[in-house]
Amino acid sequence: MIEVKNLVKKYGNHIAVDHLSFTVEDGQIYGFLGPNGAGKSTTMNIMTGYIGATQGEVFIDGHNILTEPEKAKQSIGYLPEIPPLYVDMTVLEYLNFAAELKKIKASERKNAVEEAMNLTRLDDVKTRLIRNLSKGYKQRVGLAQAVLGMPDIIILDEPTVGLDPIQIIEIRDLIKELGKKHTVILSSHILSEVSAVCDHIMIISHGKLVASDTPENLMQMMKGGHTLEMLIKAEPARVKDILNVYETNNIVSQEIKNGEEEGTTAVTITLGEENPNYDVREDLFYLFAENKTPIIMMQLKKASLEEVFMELTGAEETKQEKKSHRIGLFRKNIEKEAESLVNGDSAPDPEEQEDENNDSDL
Amino acid sequence: MTAIYKRELKAYMTSMIGPLFIAALTAIAGVYFVVYNLRIGYPYFSYVLGGLLFIFLLIVPVLTMRSLADERKSKTDQLLLTSPVSVGKIIMGKYFAMITIMAIPVLIFCLCPLVIKTGGTAYLKADYASLFAFLLMGCAYISIGMFISSLTESQIIAAVGTFGVLLFFYLLDGIVGMLGTTALFSFVGFLGILAIICLIYYGMTKNWMAALGVGIVGVIVLILLYVFNNEMFESALPNLLSAISINAVIEAFINDQVFDVTGLVYYISISFVFLFLSSQMIQKRRWS
Repeated sequence: MIEVKNLVKKYGNHIAVDHLSFTVEDGQIYGFLGPNGAGKSTTMNIMTGYIGATQGEVFIDGHNILTEPEKAKQSIGYLPEIPPLYVDMTVLEYLNFAAELKKIKASERKNAVEEAMNLTRLDDVKTRLIRNLSKGYKQRVGLAQAVLGMPDIIILDEPTVGLDPIQIIEIRDLIKELGKKHTVILSSHILSEVSAVCDHIMIISHGKLVASDTPENLMQMMKGGHTLEMLIKAEPARVKDILNVYETNNIVSQEIKNGEEEGTTAVTITLGEENPNYDVREDLFYLFAENKTPIIMMQLKKASLEEVFMELTGAEETKQEKKSHRIGLFRKNIEKEAESLVNGDSAPDPEEQEDENNDSDL
Repeated sequence: MTAIYKRELKAYMTSMIGPLFIAALTAIAGVYFVVYNLRIGYPYFSYVLGGLLFIFLLIVPVLTMRSLADERKSKTDQLLLTSPVSVGKIIMGKYFAMITIMAIPVLIFCLCPLVIKTGGTAYLKADYASLFAFLLMGCAYISIGMFISSLTESQIIAAVGTFGVLLFFYLLDGIVGMLGTTALFSFVGFLGILAIICLIYYGMTKNWMAALGVGIVGVIVLILLYVFNNEMFESALPNLLSAISINAVIEAFINDQVFDVTGLVYYISISFVFLFLSSQMIQKRRWS
């Protein structure tokens, strides 16, 4: 168990970590989520005893990292942002050195190194110099070092950065596997990653803990985040008239515009708080059916983790980000159009753009 | 500690630095040995060591430059400092690895007095005492180099800085001879030293209030002493500087065949002080 109490870290006048307190329970996978510069790495560096805090305390299994560093550090495996590798050693030499450094008994050392290499699939490269390995393999060597001797707590700072998609999936599976027996804390600024592997998410913004809960609970926290998208076969004016008749306090806002298909109208309705006893969709179905205006499509979209994240990490920042995101998209579209003009292709497929936006990188 | 010691030793031997250090020292000692002892027939091997003192200035910085600076630059210090090993043990592991590299040529030198003996009279006791002093002097130099390496991330700055400091100690005896012996001269000299101490203090703590405080208190004490006890300042600076001379000790061993216990204690003290300062620098870096 890790207890972090009132942690503060100042770099001159800049406050990197601002009165951060949390507790990490055993046997779960925790995710630190936050935009760049939120203080994730600094917090991890303090927790592992690499740097000292300006204020506050960290207890690893009841041992203070400052007063009993050796006992506290014994139960931690840490992969920093940049893997701390001696490039003049081979993988095997490096792991043997790390094992000795972590005070793994000489009799168990060989097995521990082999186990770590099997987990991270390093067997093929064990006799190669670390200098000559690719970024992905270097990351794996760093990870092998962290899991060496199977410490109770494994702390990984952006473990999948710089890896290709297949390696990312491999490492995620590995983290899930490790999470069954160990406490794993990982940090990331990529939402999909954290939501894919973590049991518990801690969102950090400007050095403060803004939310700490399971992914499901975090999503439920978003009130009124649900939206209903509909496509109706009718003119926008008619749809507007029909909707005006419908009275409910559950609709927060609505947006009506021409659909992509001719003669259809796209409606986006933002819903208020969910009422378990009644479903807006049924009402709307009957309403449009009575008016003989068929609903071609209706889809309820729940608030995504992304929106939770946006809301929690500060509205102002979010607006700016969205704006720049849009400008970025706009540029992308122009570039695509220009490209298609040069190539003589038709206009870019709108769905393709959709796909690009889905995996937004926070 | 043993893990770090073994790794460092291996790193020195697989990189160019270790073999280069051993080869340079042995080769140059070999040349001096052939000329002084075998050709001219001088019976003391310790004379060769006197010739090596200047070479030492050049190669010790090469040995020590990467010890802590490189660790910091490549972020491998994160592995060391987050492992269950104390900072003191990390420093000691690295220090002993460098001492071992340095001890290899000294062990080779131990054969030379025996070679002299085969050709006639040899002064084994004096020679081995000199070699022992030489090794301890190396320990002191290495600890200074290591400390300077702990101050920076750049190996080049560490090497040049170490060379500068060692050169100062090497030339110290010459400088002392040129200094004036009047009280006023020493007074001004002490003011200069005080200013340097304040600058170093500021550089290490970044606390200009404290540095200024130390400076002001020092100036007041110096002025008071100068006004009330003028005689104390007469040739005080040359005396002080010759007292901290590192070379004077080894030269006593080499030229006068004196077993200078105080000198050896001085070498060991330098080693301890700079090792302590190195570990303090590492600790301090974690808090800034």
